[in-house]
Amino acid sequence: MQPFAYFRPESRGEVFAALREFAPDVRILAGGTDLMVRLRSGRFRPNAVVDVKRVSGWSSQIVETEGVLRVGAGVTMTDLVSAPSVQQHFPALVEAASVVGSVQIRNRATLAGNICNASPAADTAPPLLVYGAVVNVASRAGERQIPLSEFFLGPGRTALAAGELVESIDLPIPVEAAGSAFQRITRRRGVDLATANLSCSVNRAGEVRMAFGAAAPIPLLVTGTAASLEEMTAQARPISDVRGGAAYRQAMLLVMARRALEVSLGRLRQ
Amino acid sequence: MNLRLTINGKEVAREVAAHHTLLEFLRDDVGLTGTKECCAEGECGACTVLLDGKAVNSCLVLAVETEGSAVTTIEGLEKDGQLDPLQQAFIDKGAVQCGFCIPGMILAAKYLLQENSNPTDAEIKQGLAGNLCRCAGYSRIIDAVREAGRAARQ
Ligand SMILES: Cc1cc2nc3c(=O)[nH]c(=O)nc-3n(C[C@H](O)[C@H](O)[C@H](O)COP(=O)(O)OP(=O)(O)OC[C@H]3O[C@@H](n4cnc5c(N)ncnc54)[C@H](O)[C@@H]3O)c2cc1C
Ligand code: FES
Ligand code: FES
Repeated sequence: MQPFAYFRPESRGEVFAALREFAPDVRILAGGTDLMVRLRSGRFRPNAVVDVKRVSGWSSQIVETEGVLRVGAGVTMTDLVSAPSVQQHFPALVEAASVVGSVQIRNRATLAGNICNASPAADTAPPLLVYGAVVNVASRAGERQIPLSEFFLGPGRTALAAGELVESIDLPIPVEAAGSAFQRITRRRGVDLATANLSCSVNRAGEVRMAFGAAAPIPLLVTGTAASLEEMTAQARPISDVRGGAAYRQAMLLVMARRALEVSLGRLRQ
Repeated sequence: MNLRLTINGKEVAREVAAHHTLLEFLRDDVGLTGTKECCAEGECGACTVLLDGKAVNSCLVLAVETEGSAVTTIEGLEKDGQLDPLQQAFIDKGAVQCGFCIPGMILAAKYLLQENSNPTDAEIKQGLAGNLCRCAGYSRIIDAVREAGRAARQ
């Protein structure tokens, strides 16, 4: 690995100062499960790495406030899947987070890191899109909210400006009855990135929200009805790569959509 | 940078380069070579240690991130000359072939049993999904973890 300066700020102000001083050659370090791989491969060669895990107020908590569940940027996949409030309201997110990497990866990997890394195959992105997640961002200039549906710009690219930090992710607690589920296909059953992943939710009126990943440059959110799954999945723009061909991905999206809808309808009836 | 942490119950203070991983620090600076390096990218689990009680890939952690933390490596499992029951079960069940993956397997299994003292075989497979055994001795490894869990519950 190339040498870099390491900072472990204890306050937000120090984080912003470090991000400014070393821009644009600076990287935020959360769980490191994506960043460390890229530092080692030389794909990222920052001058400075800012470890945000010990910033005071950095939250590993999941708290319910005013109709939203706020997931702190320090929350790991392991924390997320064992939280009763997440299990109760957001089953598809639990399903997605529990297949990220291995136990060792999930013990470090944060939900915020999964979206900030902006892989088209990020497993938590489809359920977060379906649930209408909003990203809470802070910088020297203040705070702002970005709907997750506007957050991804391309592979590895997000709407975050230089000097901005994700502090939490808000999940609106569903007010109307809905069922939701997550599906993914991989080359092997264990630790593997998704060849394609998909999440959907359905309400009593038969309205469907669906999002899929590894099927377009960014995880894509589409809407329709239980009768229009084909049109919905046709909005994908998959490519062929080591994990699968474009035609295979396109065909499997419809299969996954049907499976996810069936599970969602079952959950809606419960 | 100066780094202070607890390794296997002992306080350690050392200088370490900011870009060195916990794995490199343990092996090259502290001389604890039980923790193995293989893929160095989180895929194989050979480098698994417990960091503040949680199983992690030490190849994906910077040494400097562990300031003030407690790390347990395979060398820290034996107590007063007595092997940890998991280590003993791996021997008794013949789960060790070349041995390269075993320190990581045992620490991942230690974490698994700490979280779930009575895992099903499916849960054992899940818990060890991030640990590859190149000798493919998986079924005896699963036997050993099941046995260690059973012994611990008695
Ligand atoms: C072996 C292995 C298997 C994996 N399997 C999967 C899988 O099955 N599915 C999947 O989706 N992913 C998988 N991943 C990828 C990875 O584990 C996840 O993307 C993880 O959630 C990233 O979170 P982190 O906290 O480790 O992020 P880091 O590596 O710390 O950061 C990732 C990126 O986001 C930025 N960042 C992090 N936090 C913030 C923040 N709060 N504000 C602004 N920027 C930030 C960093 O600067 C960096 O660019 C795998 C990785 C490995 C090594
Ligand atoms: S060496 Fe760390 S997971 Fe392979
Ligand atoms: S015993 Fe040889 S790699 Fe597992």
